Amino acid sequence: MSTLSDPPKQSFRLSMLIYDTRYRSATIQVVAMIGFLILVGWVISNTVQNLTDLGKEPSFSFLSEPAGYDINQRLLDYDNQDSHMRAALIGLLNTLLVAFLGCITATVLGVIIGVLRLSSNWLVARLMTVYVEMFRNVPVLLWIVFIMAIMIETLPAPSAFRGDNSDAAMHVMDSVALTNRGVYVPEPLFHNSLGNVSVFGDAAVRFDISLDLIAFLIVLGGSLFVSTKIRQWADAKQESTGLRPTIWHIRAAVVLLPSVLLLLVLGFHLGYPELKGFNFQGGTHMRNSLIALWLALSLYTAAFIAEIVRSGILAISQGQTEAAAALGLRPKRIMNLVILPQALRVIIPPLISNYLNLTKNSSLAIAVGYMDLTGTLMGITMNQTGRELETVMLGMLVYLTISLLISSFMNWYNNRVKLVER
Amino acid sequence: MNNSVFFGALTVAGLAAGAAAAGTLDDVKARDQLNCGVSTGLVGFSAPNANGEWEGFDIAVCRAVAAAVLGDPNKVEYVPTTGKTRFTALASGEIDMLARNTTWTFSRDVDLKFEFAGVNYYDGQGFMIPKELGVSSAKELDFATVCIQTGTTTELNLADFFRANNITYEPVPIETNAEARQQYLANACDVYTTDASGLAATRATFDDPGNHVILPEIISKEPLGPLVRHGDNEWGDVVRWTLNALVGAEELGITSANLAEKAAGTENPEINRLLGTEGNLGEMLGLDADWAQNALSAGGNYGEIFAKNIGEDTPVGLARGLNAQWTDGGLLYAPPFR
Amino acid sequence: MSDISFVRTEMLPQKDPPASAVGVVGWMRANLFSGWFNSILTLVALYFVIQLLMGLFHWAWVPTWSAASLPECRDIFEQLGRTGHNAGACWGVIAERWPQLLFGFYPNGTEEGTVDQRWRPILAFVLLAVALAPILYSDRVSGKLIYFSGAYPFIMPWLLWGGTIWTPVAVALGFVVGFVVYKWLLKSTSELIALIVGVVSAVLWWMFAASLLSSGLASIMPLALEPVQSRAFGGFMLSITIGVVAIGLSLPIGIVLALGRQSDLLIVKTLCVCFIEFIRGVPLITLLFVASTLLNIFMPPGTNFDIIMRVFIMVTLFASAYMAEVIRGGLAALPTGQYEGADSLGLNYWQAQRLIIMPQALKISIPGIVSTFIGVFKDTTLVSVIGLFDPLNLTNAIRADADWNGLVWELYGFIAFLFFVFCFGMSRYSMYLERKLQTGHR
Repeated sequence: MSTLSDPPKQSFRLSMLIYDTRYRSATIQVVAMIGFLILVGWVISNTVQNLTDLGKEPSFSFLSEPAGYDINQRLLDYDNQDSHMRAALIGLLNTLLVAFLGCITATVLGVIIGVLRLSSNWLVARLMTVYVEMFRNVPVLLWIVFIMAIMIETLPAPSAFRGDNSDAAMHVMDSVALTNRGVYVPEPLFHNSLGNVSVFGDAAVRFDISLDLIAFLIVLGGSLFVSTKIRQWADAKQESTGLRPTIWHIRAAVVLLPSVLLLLVLGFHLGYPELKGFNFQGGTHMRNSLIALWLALSLYTAAFIAEIVRSGILAISQGQTEAAAALGLRPKRIMNLVILPQALRVIIPPLISNYLNLTKNSSLAIAVGYMDLTGTLMGITMNQTGRELETVMLGMLVYLTISLLISSFMNWYNNRVKLVER
Repeated sequence: MNNSVFFGALTVAGLAAGAAAAGTLDDVKARDQLNCGVSTGLVGFSAPNANGEWEGFDIAVCRAVAAAVLGDPNKVEYVPTTGKTRFTALASGEIDMLARNTTWTFSRDVDLKFEFAGVNYYDGQGFMIPKELGVSSAKELDFATVCIQTGTTTELNLADFFRANNITYEPVPIETNAEARQQYLANACDVYTTDASGLAATRATFDDPGNHVILPEIISKEPLGPLVRHGDNEWGDVVRWTLNALVGAEELGITSANLAEKAAGTENPEINRLLGTEGNLGEMLGLDADWAQNALSAGGNYGEIFAKNIGEDTPVGLARGLNAQWTDGGLLYAPPFR
Repeated sequence: MSDISFVRTEMLPQKDPPASAVGVVGWMRANLFSGWFNSILTLVALYFVIQLLMGLFHWAWVPTWSAASLPECRDIFEQLGRTGHNAGACWGVIAERWPQLLFGFYPNGTEEGTVDQRWRPILAFVLLAVALAPILYSDRVSGKLIYFSGAYPFIMPWLLWGGTIWTPVAVALGFVVGFVVYKWLLKSTSELIALIVGVVSAVLWWMFAASLLSSGLASIMPLALEPVQSRAFGGFMLSITIGVVAIGLSLPIGIVLALGRQSDLLIVKTLCVCFIEFIRGVPLITLLFVASTLLNIFMPPGTNFDIIMRVFIMVTLFASAYMAEVIRGGLAALPTGQYEGADSLGLNYWQAQRLIIMPQALKISIPGIVSTFIGVFKDTTLVSVIGLFDPLNLTNAIRADADWNGLVWELYGFIAFLFFVFCFGMSRYSMYLERKLQTGHR
């Protein structure tokens, strides 16, 4: 645009805007910008016009009104008198929870399957191929409802656990109950709990922090720090004397003892789930909507990650393995020190996009009634308030932010791996 | 360029923008087709059969309106809507009327700017629970797992009820009735809550309906009825009076069997006015004189529609209850045709 | 003395390798039982597979194909002496409903006064294969077929939606008008002006002349197919239609976006990057919510696309962002020498793109395009969330029927199987293409 304001003085003609390559690009850009602004203006004016006709002024005031509905799965406290804003926040945390769990499981599974696909065992390699093709070629939504149906239809109902001669039994020393309402596992409890600290008082974003957890994390962090120091000392010793002192038992003790001691002081014990009335009570309840979504997303994404891992490993030339072997490295060390670091460079970029896909696919939670952001803000809140424009826009914005954060974090990590490489 | 390709394709499809500036009644007549929003599948109320033809109690209302306006009950385009999409579909003009068990509430009428044309089914939210659990009142449901259909007033009623009685519960939100049925039967939830009619319709499809009870508490009023957009009173009148014609015909004893006979003229002036042999009610509505005849020939009067789709002889097996004529102790009361 | 010496004068015949190293046994030793760990792995895998297959077979091999309802299936199971909730598959539902799962509510002639129209989608998809042939098998089919490929985008909507044939003809003429104007202006003025005026004249044609022409011609000589509302689309036909329309329309948009993203023009580049990253950053389901609730609000008052059109629009936008990235990959894969070669021939930007860059970049991108198509095709199941009758949502409608209330596995299994066949076939095909195309550049 600046070129428009200072043309060569004597010989500028209007036609130069089109014919002169110096100005043409500016012309095209200005035209594109104007076209874009006209389009945006057109859409906005239509929207305003339509909303006025419908009598719905865009406003976000509904966010502070009481939501009125309950949410079963929640990481923070919430009841139906809390605001829509709080409900959306609960939904957002649920989205992040399932995305986080899913990414971890999918990576672990994907790496295992990817390596097994290269296994010399014909049967296992074929099985893994079948797995990958099966999951890649069927829509993830179908997998989600399918796994949900399996959980509902094949696991016993809580009532089956009732009585002495019950049809179903709990697992792992009567501490884990697999039911068609979800899985009940023991929860950590403390006799001498330090209590909680509330942050942000009554605001929609308020939350509690468990002081027990904080204390535990501090102690664990401290002991890990000491343990690292010990390793550095051992490394230095090895450098100078050539002999490495045996330190693994010291390090294990340094890491474990303080934590165990703290748990004892706090009176750590497990709260076991128990069948009372209609349901199991006590323990942690992982609802089957969460499990179905988590499993389906992990299994589906794992199929893609397996392919990425496999092609990443195959991309490293055979010469690398041979050269490493010629240096006298053992097979395990070849994998760890030569193949994997190089394969990672190939693997990480597509891995990032699969994490993104998994996070975005978690919005399919709505199919199994898992209350994620789509279920709360863009689901029940939208229905009850009739604020389609505001809720959908807000929801898209949140997803966009999550996506951009994940991809920028992963890109940063990717760059770091690259730097370490070279 | 690419946008124009798209609009070109839309023109090809013959579905490009049609101005909806005129009244809905004129639109429907010009289109020679009624766009009627229905639910995606609830036994007895609206569900497509193997041939893709829609059947049910709500469908019958659409057919009656189409018959009254266009003279042919088959000139209906059924637009399946979910709890989420139904109001936008109506507000945007995609459908002309919504006949999808929708509860008439203050905020939907006033805030969401819709107009309820009347009530075709008086309902209330209830609870269904297996008999073996031995529960006799909803107040005993402390810590129970409750299946609810989302996108309805149900979840708000439920939250209010449990809060008022100071008991806790575990909600399991579910999108469709088919899934709710599956979860309930597998015992993944103890209780299923939705409109009592929906409960009865669902229970009817069980292998052992006798082993499930509907608890006595009805925790809400759910007057279900067809609705249209605010501000188009001519169209609202057409839908309202078509519904009233169905109800009134039952009271006046007009059935699909004796329709032709009554249409030839009777002693009863109200029947004559309704069926168009006397007066000009049709003209006032902007319709033909035989509009009510057409509407009634589509599926009979209210009682016949009820009996055919959800009555006691059908798998759904609902009693008339509140939905009997006022003369029989129910709430159905058509204003006079005059 | 010399008699006892022995020198072999001919080669010994080759001995067979030991029995443990060849044949089935050898193969098994090498591939299944090499070492204790592999042996355990094999046995575990074998046990798992056999259990699974036995269970599946037991469940699936039941004579229930002719059952008319779930209770009838239960009777059959009882006669077979099987009890329990999942005693066996009730295939009657597939036998009765498979046309619906494939074609949705497309007119099938059961309603009075209608004829079976299902040949139209079938023909449309067969013709699609014909139209793609000159692009995918350029070496084996006649080059003239490319004209048919050009006409196909107008034939397909006509076949699917029906109506008079003059509408697609009039729309196609718009392109001709635009092109003629462009060529004519090119003689007297610059390319940019010619392009803009050409586009404007085509748009004017579509806005004013096209509908007049088509209705005029239709009144003289109808040549019409029975119109079908897009609401009647459902099942796999809907999924495929959404996939094909979205990919077909997103190709040109994707090319423009990819070129924009690669260009040096800052504003154009920023706009393209923002669009692509925005679309790729949000889940498809939120875009479908936009289609179902907001798109009509964005349009001028009174505009009313039906929901399937709106889904087409949003899925097309979604696919174009991904398509742009695929094509950008294709552009990036071209050696710089190709660009420099084009420059050295004195070609300008558009000539270079049209004659040198795009043909090669698109060819490299074909496998990527096919996998984008597979992705979009699988994602079409999401439209069930906004109430369209894709196969997954049809299962709900079928289960709402009193006869089939309570079925789960048969329907999901059937749908999963069909999706698998479609997607697996296409992915194999794209791998084949990848191998075929690899000869060119690496």
